Amino acid sequence: MCLGVPAEVVELPDPTEPRAIVAVAGVRRTVATDLLLDEGLAVGDWVLVHVGFALARLDAAEAARTLDEIRRLGADQPNPFDGAADV
Amino acid sequence: MTPRRHVDEFRDPDAARALLRTIATRAERLDDPLAVMEVCGGHTHTIYRYGLEHLLPDRIELLHGPGCPVCVIPRGRLDDALWLADQPGVTLATFGDLMRVPGSGRHSLLDARAQGADVRFVYSPLDALELARTHPDREVVFVAIGFETTAPATAVTVERARALGVRNFSVFCNHVTIEPPLRALCDGGDSRIGAFIAPGHVATVIGTRGFEFLPAEYGRPAVVTGFEPLDILQALAMLLEQIVSGAVAAGRATVGNQYGRAVRADGNPTALALLRRVFAVREAFEWRGLGVIPHSGLRLAPAFADLDAEVRFRVPGARVADPAACQCGAVLTGRLAPERCRAFGTACTPDHPIGACMVSPEGACAAAFGFGGLDRATARAVGGPEA
Repeated sequence: MCLGVPAEVVELPDPTEPRAIVAVAGVRRTVATDLLLDEGLAVGDWVLVHVGFALARLDAAEAARTLDEIRRLGADQPNPFDGAADV
Repeated sequence: MTPRRHVDEFRDPDAARALLRTIATRAERLDDPLAVMEVCGGHTHTIYRYGLEHLLPDRIELLHGPGCPVCVIPRGRLDDALWLADQPGVTLATFGDLMRVPGSGRHSLLDARAQGADVRFVYSPLDALELARTHPDREVVFVAIGFETTAPATAVTVERARALGVRNFSVFCNHVTIEPPLRALCDGGDSRIGAFIAPGHVATVIGTRGFEFLPAEYGRPAVVTGFEPLDILQALAMLLEQIVSGAVAAGRATVGNQYGRAVRADGNPTALALLRRVFAVREAFEWRGLGVIPHSGLRLAPAFADLDAEVRFRVPGARVADPAACQCGAVLTGRLAPERCRAFGTACTPDHPIGACMVSPEGACAAAFGFGGLDRATARAVGGPEA
């Protein structure tokens, strides 16, 4: 129900209207941008789409930071399977 | 297929294996077994879809919480929606998820449509408003459900209906908020919940701040979490760190933010302002399996009474007890694993659900049924992963 689908903003047809055209896996659709009016959305931004609305802007730098942290967390630990015969 | 940004990179199997090793190492340092509740049905779906539960150490148990709005709507509210669908001139619009949930008498909105009622499913509340504009001869009622994630979309739609002067549109509001049921769970005497995986999309609206009460008042650590498998595994590693480092025992539990790409501390101020303008908090609202919880539901604010279906129609508002056969309540509060319910997979299936947890793909029972329906011990016995 609280599903949010990442989508790329590909067109802002009318800057005075709260809507954007986004692409999800190549499919284009119009979404309402009323909830991100203060975000200054631009073509090329990524947003989470929920029930026809852009709910949140996705921050690429934060996404990269999270992936770095995931790699760091994973590399942090000795592999308990190292040295064991075919596990 | 081209890689999907913000999706595929959070599904990398090698990174998942590495995180699982970290989780296993940290779990060895736990003094006691740990039960973690993921509140949101979206998380439940990811956990079952990727079999994450079967990959975790035995000392970590995942409890599936009450964060699927379709699952917690009580039968009385569905009976009211069915009643509205039967009123002359009414077109009832709602999300597809709700269409198959049975009211009392195992009758759903889909059944009502088969019997001639004008029931439509819509993707967005704005589509319901559009129905009203294109069918001025019909009274269009939008059955709104959902947590703070979805309520702002309803709020925008209500303000737009007002601005456009659409008179044949109203909202039957069943929106709920996340804090009261979490408090009810923590206050429940038998609660085994040691930590929370907090719902990332609710948090895009209310911020990590919206979950601060969990550590501050209940001493429970929480991590606001995204919906891909690496998100959930990282959140578990973060929760374990808080516990094995001694921070939780020392009263220094915190709210972590694993979903920084979408969630800020203060949430979405535009959406929060809309919620404050358009809705008022109900004295109390009934939840399936949890009973009546004070201040847990939203209705339209008095300024929008003309767009409130409960004001426009004489909605019966009867309270109906949960079905006797189904144990949704115990499932929704993490006291019973879905496959342990006496109706699971026999009397209650996704095709013929009794309880709402079996209806939505995010319901714990539907997820358990769709992705195996095995508990951990059975899954391992029949050839589960390395344990």
